[in-house]
Amino acid sequence: MTKIVIVGNGMVSYKLCEKLVEKNTTASITVIGEEPRPAYDRVHLSAYFEDANADKLSMASRDWYEGNGIDLITSEKVSKINREKKEITTHNNNTFAYDYLVLATGSAAFVPPIKGVDKKGVFVYRTIEDLEMMMAYGKKASSAAVLGGGLLGLEAAKAALDMNLKTSVVEFAPRLMPRQIDEEGGNLLKQKMEDLGIEILLNKATSQITGEGTMTGMEFSDDTKLDVDMLIISAGIRPRDELGKEAGLEVAERGGFVVNSLMQTNDPSIFAVGECASHNNMIYGLVAPGYDMAEVVAEQLVHNTDEYQFDGFDMSTKLKLIGVDVASFGDPFCDNTPHSPISISDTQAGIYKRINVSEDGKTLLGGILIGDAEDYNMLHQMCVNEMALPPHPVDLIAKGSGDSGAAIGVDALPDTAQVCSCENVSKGDVCCAIKDDGVTDINGIKKATKAGTGCGGCLPMVNNILEDTLKKMGATIRKEICEHFPYSRQELFDLIKVNEIKTYKELLNKYGQGSGCETCKPAVASLLASIWNDLILKEATIQDTNDRFLANIQKGGSYSVVPRIAGGEITPDKLIAIGEVAKEFDLYTKITGGQRIDLFGATLNDLPLIWEKLIEAGFESGHAYGKSLRTVKSCVGSTWCRFGLHDSVGFAIEIENRYKGLRSPHKLKGGVSGCIRECAEARGKDFGVIATEKGWNLYVGGNGGANPKHAILLAGDITKEEVVKYIDRFLMFYIKTAEPLQRTAPWLEKLEGGIDYLKQVVVEDSLGIGEQLESDMEVLIANYSCEWKEAINNPKIRKRFAHFSNSDQDDPTQKFKRERDQRFPVAW
Amino acid sequence: MIFETNTIEEVKVWVNAGPTSDFPEDGGSSIFYEGEQIAIFNFSHLNKWFATQNLCPHKKQMILSRGMLGTEGDTPKVACPYHKKTFSLETGENLNGCEDSIKTFPIKIENDTVFVGLYEKK
Repeated sequence: MTKIVIVGNGMVSYKLCEKLVEKNTTASITVIGEEPRPAYDRVHLSAYFEDANADKLSMASRDWYEGNGIDLITSEKVSKINREKKEITTHNNNTFAYDYLVLATGSAAFVPPIKGVDKKGVFVYRTIEDLEMMMAYGKKASSAAVLGGGLLGLEAAKAALDMNLKTSVVEFAPRLMPRQIDEEGGNLLKQKMEDLGIEILLNKATSQITGEGTMTGMEFSDDTKLDVDMLIISAGIRPRDELGKEAGLEVAERGGFVVNSLMQTNDPSIFAVGECASHNNMIYGLVAPGYDMAEVVAEQLVHNTDEYQFDGFDMSTKLKLIGVDVASFGDPFCDNTPHSPISISDTQAGIYKRINVSEDGKTLLGGILIGDAEDYNMLHQMCVNEMALPPHPVDLIAKGSGDSGAAIGVDALPDTAQVCSCENVSKGDVCCAIKDDGVTDINGIKKATKAGTGCGGCLPMVNNILEDTLKKMGATIRKEICEHFPYSRQELFDLIKVNEIKTYKELLNKYGQGSGCETCKPAVASLLASIWNDLILKEATIQDTNDRFLANIQKGGSYSVVPRIAGGEITPDKLIAIGEVAKEFDLYTKITGGQRIDLFGATLNDLPLIWEKLIEAGFESGHAYGKSLRTVKSCVGSTWCRFGLHDSVGFAIEIENRYKGLRSPHKLKGGVSGCIRECAEARGKDFGVIATEKGWNLYVGGNGGANPKHAILLAGDITKEEVVKYIDRFLMFYIKTAEPLQRTAPWLEKLEGGIDYLKQVVVEDSLGIGEQLESDMEVLIANYSCEWKEAINNPKIRKRFAHFSNSDQDDPTQKFKRERDQRFPVAW
Repeated sequence: MIFETNTIEEVKVWVNAGPTSDFPEDGGSSIFYEGEQIAIFNFSHLNKWFATQNLCPHKKQMILSRGMLGTEGDTPKVACPYHKKTFSLETGENLNGCEDSIKTFPIKIENDTVFVGLYEKK
């Protein structure tokens, strides 16, 4: 069996193990690390200051190594490589034979040769142990200096600030982060740091550290001094290459094992990865290139291929320093490249942004963002993918407050664009996880693709891609209807339709969890009815109480009954029939606002008997109980009215019968008026039709109720056929896209693009879905049947309409009184 | 006559509430016994039965048996059809925290027949 020995147990070492395991290696793997704990996330080391919780930084437990058959040895330092025997020796004199050796020894903090750096109180910022020592010492100290104003130095300054120490940063260069940002950016960053209470000393060369045994201060070459209790050195890194010289491994001038693009040292059986490797004379002090190197080595060790090679790495970076965004990408300075820089500087808001545009104005070469790095990922990708710039590149950074001025969205990114550099995940990978695997949240993306599990810097962009993709799929972002379904109503609509789901139970078993509740059950019931128009009686127990008993529950637990009187038109015989039923069952009778007759006070036991009589007289359910079409109100129109232009009654009857029984997110009402006098109050309805000289005007999105709203003109002077066609499309579009219990007015208000967009979809058919919406409606219309009739004719269903299952009597607690010759319920 | 919330040990009488087929799957119905209205729930999704008072303590109406069944976390519950107040079916606790709890009763199924265990308070 091939023996692989990995020296070092940092982030890159762990990543190599993970990749070997993923690729189903058959080799035996031994990892030897000198730190006492398994690999942890050094990038987020400063988080340790907040809670001193090493577990949170852990990348893998000992169990993980053991479970994957990897021999992990900690607190042991490799002291010698014997290339001839192919074995290594540790400081405890243990030897391990290898076929392949991977050096992942990382780097150590660079400690400049300053007089007095060996004094007590001087620390480096590198490992958890370093931090623990600093924290212990910091308890007795009152001030701290950080030597080095680069990335890590500013992180260390945050750590010192978190320890409640008076903190200074000492930088040799004339500005902070000299390798990443320009002078103006450096000035702004300095201002930000000072605002936070960190003193910034620039142009300072430290000549010595003062104190007897224990440090008491620093002296600089300009003869100035700083009294300080402790010093944290963060002046860069030095590769840990000490194993190289004695073993005859080539080491670069500035340190680091020299490797080729396969990460091989000059001994082909020995690899070096991460911060101890020098590739093209470059040492990479970031984790992402290390992960890339790990992939290169894993491919060779498992698949024996040299196809995958390391060819340098983009050093763009973004981080949040003490709450201040700092990012640079591409070539931030363009010192040697012709370019036109565009920058904006808002010292008031603490924002500085610079982009370097190529001379031909076509591509982005690099840039710097300070104070607001929200667009970092996008700009970085534009730069890497050489994407076309907008006409005014300044728009990319000159974003007004709350105004999304930057015209380029994630949509413009090619699928090949790398969004997570740590794990080498492309936009296409993320989209696939969403589209093919049904992932709907960030955690799901992390699991499926590993994007965002490294430094986390790509998460904002991944989130944008997630939302963008979901949106394109017609989903509403994170509007899960309840704890039982991790989906929005629209998503459930699609799931039910696409998978031809016919029952709540089936949906719950396939896509839900738990046993449902009073929120999701009626919502799904409504969806099932809207999609299939199947009898709601089949699934009585997921219906809201009114739908379950096909009547409106009222005070005292009694019900009201409303037969359909389409358009409000009724014959004397039918009026008499209603009167007779009301008399027989002693029902309170009232004409409703929607031109119907409401019969109140029916007991559950009497409901089937009442319906029986009404059906006999030619009535059917008016669906007054449902989230469905209630009424289409009409005036008398041209038939009787001297002003009426067209037959509003006939049209109202036609429309009401067309949509009767239609289930929707909320109740629906319509109106048809024969002239502009609007006696049917059509514009107070979800859809209203008003006669004009030339035809009909169609209005949508109105309602009465607590927040009255006038309907808005959707199409003017159109024919009856067009009215029906547009109402078909409008209602189906609403049914498909609205939230549960959202009426048409708030739906229209929230619809992006509002009435103009609705006009495009419904009238101009801009989405090309007009015919689909119409045929969906035809299916529902064809499936109509009267629920009351089914309830009384089906003995099993009829049995449900009893107050007690073990007695025929009514609820004895219901109390009524008489007023104005009618029966009323007794107040609560 | 008033029946109290009780444990199986306290049950003095097992009342025959009728055949299991009287109670819709994942739904409820009520029974009348000695002046008391008891709601019985066939929570078939959990394969469990529950019995509670039929009176919703909010508006004092006998309608809990017409409520919708569901779960909140692991707790089976019923939502009153009136205003969707929810109650634990196991303990009777009001899960909205603004009304009284409801009584619950032991229940058992034998030979496809539902029995509710009652204890008569003196």
